[in-house]
Amino acid sequence: MSKRTPKPNGHDAYRSGYGSFAEDRKRWEEQVYQPRRRFRKDGITFSTVSSQEVPHIVGPEYFEENRWDPRERLAWPGEYPYTRGIHPTMYRGRLWTMRQFAGFGTPEETNQRYKYLLEQGQTGLSVAFDLPTLMGYDADDPLSEGEVGICGVSVSCREDMDILFDGIDMGEVTTSMTINGPAAIIWAFFIAAAERKGIPRAKLAGTLQNDILKEFIAQKEFIFPPEPSVKLVVDTIEFATKEMPKWNSVSVSGYHIREAGSTAAQELAFTLMDGFCYIEETLKRGLDIDSFAPRISHFFNSHIDFFEEIGKFRAARRIYADRMRNRYNAEKERSWLLRFHTQTAGCSLTAQQPENNIVRTATEALAAVLGGTQSLHTNSLDETLALPSEKAVTIALRTQQILAYETGVANSMDPLGGSYYVEWMTDKMEEDARDYMRRIEEMGGVVAGIENGFFQKEIARAAYTHQQELDREERLIVGVNAFEHKNEKIEIPILKVGEHVARQQVQRLADVRARRDDAKVEETLNALRRACENDDNVMPYLIECAHADVTMGEMVREMEAVYGTYVETAYF
Amino acid sequence: MSPEANTDRKVRVVIAKPGLDGHDRGAKVMAAAFRDAGFEVIYLGLRQTPESIVEAALQEDADVIALSILSGAHMTLFQRVLKLMKENSLDDVLLTGGGIISDEDIEALEEMGTGRIFGPGTSTQEPIRYIREWVGENRPV
Repeated sequence: MSKRTPKPNGHDAYRSGYGSFAEDRKRWEEQVYQPRRRFRKDGITFSTVSSQEVPHIVGPEYFEENRWDPRERLAWPGEYPYTRGIHPTMYRGRLWTMRQFAGFGTPEETNQRYKYLLEQGQTGLSVAFDLPTLMGYDADDPLSEGEVGICGVSVSCREDMDILFDGIDMGEVTTSMTINGPAAIIWAFFIAAAERKGIPRAKLAGTLQNDILKEFIAQKEFIFPPEPSVKLVVDTIEFATKEMPKWNSVSVSGYHIREAGSTAAQELAFTLMDGFCYIEETLKRGLDIDSFAPRISHFFNSHIDFFEEIGKFRAARRIYADRMRNRYNAEKERSWLLRFHTQTAGCSLTAQQPENNIVRTATEALAAVLGGTQSLHTNSLDETLALPSEKAVTIALRTQQILAYETGVANSMDPLGGSYYVEWMTDKMEEDARDYMRRIEEMGGVVAGIENGFFQKEIARAAYTHQQELDREERLIVGVNAFEHKNEKIEIPILKVGEHVARQQVQRLADVRARRDDAKVEETLNALRRACENDDNVMPYLIECAHADVTMGEMVREMEAVYGTYVETAYF
Repeated sequence: MSPEANTDRKVRVVIAKPGLDGHDRGAKVMAAAFRDAGFEVIYLGLRQTPESIVEAALQEDADVIALSILSGAHMTLFQRVLKLMKENSLDDVLLTGGGIISDEDIEALEEMGTGRIFGPGTSTQEPIRYIREWVGENRPV
């Protein structure tokens, strides 16, 4: 065997210990990178999925040039500014909650799915409502035709909620409800249903999405105009603070902003600003920041660009802690913590070769875990087409269990902390988000931004840019604009919602209306109307309505009479 | 309008989201793509009823009605728009669209009498080409 003598190279020079990292970087660029660099000829961009250019490499010179002090930028898990995680033990103390969003058809059918998921080891429930419910229409409203039970479960009255949680201990399982426009009403149904089972409201634990600002910005499921809508959110925050200490009143959501086509930095900035808007409005009502801030949670998207997402999650914690501590002068540490749920990106999934979606979802879930999420929903492989089948839901849940128990990624906290690239990305996310936040404040805040179309235009532009990159094949999606199967037929077992759903829901409403005490209905609705007119907190009145079997549509119409409705101006 | 004024007229497309579904990313991306392709875009936006869509197509003298539906309610909604188009004698107007629609449903819709329906992952150029060809053949100027 011949002995190879090592050639002298830059590595030796570095080892000999002279020069700064910046000089060393320069030497490498000039002597090694420039002379020998070559690029693929496939025309594919090196930018992130948000069209963000990234450096070809980041090295120690980045820390040197920016006087980058890990004690200040990172600290340790459970320490301000929480870049490395909000808990001192992170996943060693407790794994993230595996929470799969589910709901379809009748409350009876969804109730069966919940029981199945709990048996499979899922640790919390997450309710998906159908479109009529999300928009505040009863199942028997003419506008609900064709949509009852399609995108989620149909709930129009308290009895629907009773059935949805039949045989499930509402005081033990935590429940997350994805509802915004009529969030206060659905919450009232939930509280009333629990009270009828003898569970006091103070014992209930869960989360209401209840983030109406992102509806105006992205998902468009609003009922009332922005100002009274925000007032209702503040009502729920106040009510939770006073009566339901275990309830997360708002889950400030970037998920839908991202799905609508925003970049990662836009998702981060717009979401945080929405949350700060609720906080400022609640402060105006005279609540102490530390009395309610610990109950505000967040909800982010985990998209396909691995490092960009990890940077986003880490930056989110840092920006939030700074603002809560230094702008709102929160004193309790719990108020500084950005706790968040993550869902993998529905918009990254493809109808083509749907099995590939398992890989996409696993990668996105890994980013969420490495980013320190508190709970996670992994999408099912068939979700681009319809509600997921039971098999697909199980694979999605198993993906999380494999990450948690087999891969070892949860063993050491913030394992990517200190990576030159991840820290650059985290700083870049923070910088870009803060830039947007400044612009939003200069235009007068989130509501002003909604009214002048700022958010809608920014998102529409980002979505179109992304689509153009795909059309030009500068960005590839496997199975869609590259590596296609010719004449692929989409064949996966799809959950079909039967026509019995609308019939059954309409019938139940008719029964409820026939059986209830009409005088009580009128009395509770009148009280609700007066509460709206007097700007009182509506929650106690909504709960009374729920107990009196007033339907959601009836409550919404009563409130609309005072608050009005909203029609947006569209931008594209 | 005189025939002369018609010679260089733009293709007129009404884009709408019928039903309660608020997911307007696809509709807006297509609106921008149609605009950039030189079409006249009449973007009606969210929560349109079949009646309001057909009314707009009549008013605007549209060549094409394009619907975007992601809620799963496409069978009901396309059918209702189609029926209203027939009632209003809009036989020379193309009804097309897209959304989260399976191959099976796409076949059923096209059999029912809609134009081509585009599923997830379609390039913006495909519907643009299709509409140009269709208008060239069916509504020549």
